[in-house]
Amino acid sequence: MNKIIEARFIGPDVKLFRIEAPKIAEKRKAGQFVIIRVNDTGERLPLTIADSDTSAGTITIIVQGIGASTKMLNTLNAGDYIHDVVGPLGKASHIENFGTAVSIGGGVGTAIAFPTAKALKEAGNHVISIIGGRSKEFVILEEEMKQVADEVYPTTDDGSYGYHGFVTQKLEELLKSGRKIDFVLAIGPIPMMAAVAKTTQPYNIQTVVSLNPVMVDGTGMCGGCRAYVDNKPVFVCVDGPEFDAHKVDFKILMQRNKMYLPQEKESIEHFNHVCNYDKMYDAEAKKTNHEVTHG
Amino acid sequence: MADLTTKERYKIERHSMPEQDALARSRNFEEVNLGYTFEIAMEEAERCIRCKNPVCVAGCPVAVKIPDFIKMIAEGKFEEAASILKEDNALPAVCGRVCPQEEQCEAVCVVGKKGRPVAIGYLERFAADWERNNVKIIEPKIPAKTGKKVAVVGGGPAGLSCAGDLIQLGHEVTVFEALHEIGGVLIYGIPEFRLPKEIVKAEVESLSKLGVNFVTNYVIGLTETIEELKARFDAIFIGVGAGLPYFLNIPGEQLNGVYSANEFLTRVNLMKAYDFPNNPTPMLDVVGKTVAVFGGGNTAMDAVRTSLRLGAERAIICYRRTEQEMPARVEEIHHAKEEGVEFKLLVAPLEFIGDEDGWLRKVKLQQMELGEPDSSGRRRPVPIDGAIETIDITAAIIAIGNGSNPIISQTTPELIVNKWGNIIVNEGNMKTNMMGVFAGGDIVTGGATVILAMGAGRTAAKAIDDFLKNPESW
Repeated sequence: MNKIIEARFIGPDVKLFRIEAPKIAEKRKAGQFVIIRVNDTGERLPLTIADSDTSAGTITIIVQGIGASTKMLNTLNAGDYIHDVVGPLGKASHIENFGTAVSIGGGVGTAIAFPTAKALKEAGNHVISIIGGRSKEFVILEEEMKQVADEVYPTTDDGSYGYHGFVTQKLEELLKSGRKIDFVLAIGPIPMMAAVAKTTQPYNIQTVVSLNPVMVDGTGMCGGCRAYVDNKPVFVCVDGPEFDAHKVDFKILMQRNKMYLPQEKESIEHFNHVCNYDKMYDAEAKKTNHEVTHG
Repeated sequence: MADLTTKERYKIERHSMPEQDALARSRNFEEVNLGYTFEIAMEEAERCIRCKNPVCVAGCPVAVKIPDFIKMIAEGKFEEAASILKEDNALPAVCGRVCPQEEQCEAVCVVGKKGRPVAIGYLERFAADWERNNVKIIEPKIPAKTGKKVAVVGGGPAGLSCAGDLIQLGHEVTVFEALHEIGGVLIYGIPEFRLPKEIVKAEVESLSKLGVNFVTNYVIGLTETIEELKARFDAIFIGVGAGLPYFLNIPGEQLNGVYSANEFLTRVNLMKAYDFPNNPTPMLDVVGKTVAVFGGGNTAMDAVRTSLRLGAERAIICYRRTEQEMPARVEEIHHAKEEGVEFKLLVAPLEFIGDEDGWLRKVKLQQMELGEPDSSGRRRPVPIDGAIETIDITAAIIAIGNGSNPIISQTTPELIVNKWGNIIVNEGNMKTNMMGVFAGGDIVTGGATVILAMGAGRTAAKAIDDFLKNPESW
């Protein structure tokens, strides 16, 4: 059981958690992830470690409530406990002084890009951060990025904030302006990562993406997270999660991530149903002034 | 019962295992075998002729004192029978269910030379179950503490048997497990209908009562390295299992619906996907569909029988040799057939075929025939020219074994492994090249059985005890 020290929404359905996990805080490196289970029947959810504080013994994760399990996680608050937290899993990001490095985060992907951007800065890179969102409220971690990046460019699809357009358009603009870019890290929705790979390919810029396949154990045991890189199967949990963007088969990644779409819908309906039942039960209990404990 | 003569003992017929009706059980997850009643167990126990030189003990990888515990059952002393078992076997209720007795103790049983061997496995299960169900408070014999600390890496059969022996030798034992539950393959791999999880939990609980400390959600190599463990423990046993599934390396394996047996079984057993959405881990819907399982071992049988229980209309074993060469236990093959599993023998998959959205739809199978014997002495399957068949399937489960998991070897550069990533040990004492570090089970041998891993755990426990008493002896 791991205690939640801090929990706050930083975007629509996007919640930041600081969790007690001293051993993981001490060991983790940029790019690694944890697997958590919200409760004793919970799904195993892989989540990138956004940050850590070794003196406080905490790790930070940022969660977008999309499926039933992430929605359930996002109902938790400071003082609550998470049933299981294991990690740090996966390989650490490859960090070196490339020169000028661009970190691109799309939506909650910015949370995953953040620790690597920070590490790139510490390694001496000139770091440019592009933070993409559908609209203003989806642009997250701008202040935090400003602490670690030399230049920060928010972009929104609808133009409600920052640069009006996709992250790739901003990247293209930088490239066309003659900026010398030596390294690109792109993390976000699969179409975004594929588009960044396509953008940097003609310039022959080393580009890395962090993959987010369906995962179970996270230690190489099940093979469910296999992706195809350079036409060969890899296990993202132990061989990744970061790979050469120019070699990743994004089409297969996208296809495999759709494997449980029908079940995810059913799961959310079930979650909403249980949730509503809980609310009714709470309301009822308040009326009768009985103490209620949830199992 | 009065003392029987050997001749009289030979006359008693072997008692078969009461089991759930095949049709009913093929659609539920409850245990197939129901276990002996005490009357049956006592009568079966009388079949043992109590050899002076019991070859069955030599046939057991953990050397259970078989005639001794069976004699106790014959006398109705079930608690004593269980405690004799536990002297040599940390998990008797598990082994009574999943050991391949027909290749071990029962294969060499003297009674079996003339008729059918004594049902040693069923009796082991009986004694262990009886104790669990009837003896509420077991007073653990707490041995004198040695003050030595041992880390056991991996909470599967090898680690549990090693931990069970070490705690009884008075050492302080901590088991580190990567998953959220203790048991390894007993929890994620072997299904409920063959090994109820309650039994694994009870066996782990009894180790816990003896004083074994269990730490879950802790990946040695990542959360803490072997090198770091060495600083705070006097000895380390690595029993992390094989755990990196092999795929067939044929076209179409990326399609949605193609699983490794590990993933399929983990979703169903550990994550309880059969009870979706109460348990939120999902599973492909196979109700009324066809599932093909590739392989002929126990894992393949577990996967194919699980498919039926998830509602598959057809569940097919596809194996490239014949039934004689199948590595699965005879009982598992027999149970699978009774439940309606189809067996396609002498076929090798060539390609998985999907629809335009990437969902598995068909598999192309090559007919094989047995040719000349290969280096293993088994006749090698060779393709029959042009004999290719395509069948419609919704899910494919690959159960052709596991490679070694890379996490320990990648994070422990000093540790010597072979080209397949298996840790190299001295077979007599399970010592690795690192002082104070021992290893055993599938991570050493490659995929094998629960009991062989337990045997390795015991051998290591003995060697660890010797080492702790005299570290200079390394």
